[in-house]
Amino acid sequence: MQRIIKNDQVVDESWHLLPKDATLDGLSNCDDLIVPLALWREHAHALKARDGGLGVWLDADEQIEEIAEDLAHFKVIALNFPAFTDGRHYSSARLLRERYGYKDEIRAIGDVLRDQLFLMRRCGFDAFAVRADRDPYDALEGLKDFSVTYQAAADDPRPLFLRRG
Amino acid sequence: MYVYDQYDQHIIEDRVRQFRDQTRRYLAGELSGEEFRPLRLQNGLYIQRYAPMLRVAVPYGLLSSRQLRKLAEIARNYDKGYAHISTRQNVQFNWPELEDVPDILAELATVQMHAIQTSGNCIRNTTTDQFAGVARDELIDPRPWCEIIRQWSTFHPEFAFLPRKFKIAVNGAVSDRAAIEVHDIGLEAVQNAAGELGFRVSVGGGLGRTPIVGSFINEFLPWKHLLTYLDAILRVYNRYGRRDNKFKARIKILVKALTPEVFAERVEAEWAHLKDGPATLTEAEVERVSRFFIDPAYKALEDQDAALAALDAEHPGFARWRSRNVVAHKKPGYAAVTLSLKPTGVAPGDITDKQLDAVAELADRYCFGEVRNSHEQNIILADVEQSQLFTLWNELRELGLAVPNVGLLTDMICCPGGDFCSLANAKSIPIAESIQRRFDDLDYLFDIGELDLNISGCMNACGHHHVGHIGILGVDKKGAEFYQVSLGGSAGRNASLGQILGPSFAQDAMPDVIEKIIAVYVERRSEDEQFLDTFRRIGLDPFKERVYAANH
Repeated sequence: MQRIIKNDQVVDESWHLLPKDATLDGLSNCDDLIVPLALWREHAHALKARDGGLGVWLDADEQIEEIAEDLAHFKVIALNFPAFTDGRHYSSARLLRERYGYKDEIRAIGDVLRDQLFLMRRCGFDAFAVRADRDPYDALEGLKDFSVTYQAAADDPRPLFLRRG
Repeated sequence: MYVYDQYDQHIIEDRVRQFRDQTRRYLAGELSGEEFRPLRLQNGLYIQRYAPMLRVAVPYGLLSSRQLRKLAEIARNYDKGYAHISTRQNVQFNWPELEDVPDILAELATVQMHAIQTSGNCIRNTTTDQFAGVARDELIDPRPWCEIIRQWSTFHPEFAFLPRKFKIAVNGAVSDRAAIEVHDIGLEAVQNAAGELGFRVSVGGGLGRTPIVGSFINEFLPWKHLLTYLDAILRVYNRYGRRDNKFKARIKILVKALTPEVFAERVEAEWAHLKDGPATLTEAEVERVSRFFIDPAYKALEDQDAALAALDAEHPGFARWRSRNVVAHKKPGYAAVTLSLKPTGVAPGDITDKQLDAVAELADRYCFGEVRNSHEQNIILADVEQSQLFTLWNELRELGLAVPNVGLLTDMICCPGGDFCSLANAKSIPIAESIQRRFDDLDYLFDIGELDLNISGCMNACGHHHVGHIGILGVDKKGAEFYQVSLGGSAGRNASLGQILGPSFAQDAMPDVIEKIIAVYVERRSEDEQFLDTFRRIGLDPFKERVYAANH
């Protein structure tokens, strides 16, 4: 079973992440599923009727505006990093938190590594599926990289200039 | 200059700790080379041809004497006894060991310095006018705004992995010495009719392989909205800039593809959500930062025109130096002095540890303990009393820092090129030197007058060749190093990009080529006309005919 970081702790993963080409065929009714955006677009009605938990995942070139009206249906929104150097979803996470007021889990998936976690958390990610070949306990250390930050972000709406004592 | 408080200091100390651990993990094999690469680049560390190169940030070019002494110490202890001033006003070390870099960063942190975001696909060091705060033609001091932007951009959580590097420049004077129109974002501090402060905002300028002059998308952005507007621009770029092709990833490509008008609309739409939000600047913050940039304790002095003229008459060398390397100051009785780092035979922008220490000493004695680096790769003592110019000149001559060539042909901008850089197609330093040697006659050099000659070893354009009045670009021609020449570029207000003269030249032909170009100018100029003016009047053809005539 994969272990992920959630709210600064390593926990057992209970959600199933479906591949990009997943179809409705044989989909479990009770499991907690994170479905690709395309499946949600096609079969929102059927997915909402299931008993299990529902999440959605977006690839790096998919826009969160596409799900802006649907946020209440998702317990998890996972944002994929095909490479850790692809920074598009840092903006997506901030928009979800700060513009659309999304309160549930925002999870980083894909090429998720220790040295990016601190910045990701600042942008509103609260769960990290660290790349499978890396130790999530080691990655936890990345959340402690900095003790002070300058900017307003999802973790603190006040920039340092409003907090300076 | 800005002085760190406990918060600023914490941030750079945290960085040292973070990078020390990243380096340890890389050396232990826990981080792959590919994973370490963006991390080290965001700390200014390149793996170069012979050794790593460490680029240290000098925010908007300002350095204290204490910082200069630390740089000298690092050059001595970790490098081969010299450092290099870059075209982004930063300082580079060419020979540190990778294992030593965390210690170097720890040393830098003791004098409030760092290497944060001096490379990589993130927001780079904000640059400005080397005469900020002292220029006679200044309307608004850009330095507090540069510092505010520095803090906003330092570890900005959303913009650490942009499609490509991102450069911001700020100008507050009539002349644009910061070349803002060839930056990803150019900001010009202005006042509106009501006397309120704001910024004209240019986006999408840049050099590199697709040189473009930026487009102004906002004619007056009130100051308090500066950061939210920058957030909006960066967010549009981060989300929609191309990531499929490194050579099409700069914001200029996005601005061009959308058109500046549509890009501006996208920014406005994004900004509508951010405007007046918590990142809106406050008067208290602008005042807090501005307090670090108030005038030093200037004396009430008179201009020394007569006394200096008398010294000129007695000492032609002093007169020459004064005419090129000394500029007017906003305060009577003061002057700003440029120390030329372009003597013949030294790589442009290089300075030894001994010179760094000596410059620190001069800064303490003549200039309130501060200096500035210019993007032309020289060092400026910005607040010198006119009555001390003569003694300063004598001291500078002994240090080899009084070459009277500022703004002249031999004051070249030049990247490290193929001697150091692994990206380069060709060497640039030997080209600079061969041209300097050809133009070693000072009288002729003065007669030629103002001329920007810029050399880049490859199309990444670190030597700003596109905006040189004469630009030289190193190219690869079937494995051999060749040089393409362009004419008519300009980095100032109403910036322009150079036009390519024609087929490229072999290295040993370059002094002749430049000599012929200059000969055409000297023959065709009308009185008082500078090279750029003559070029704009007569065009490329006369130069082309002369330079290529011998090949027929």
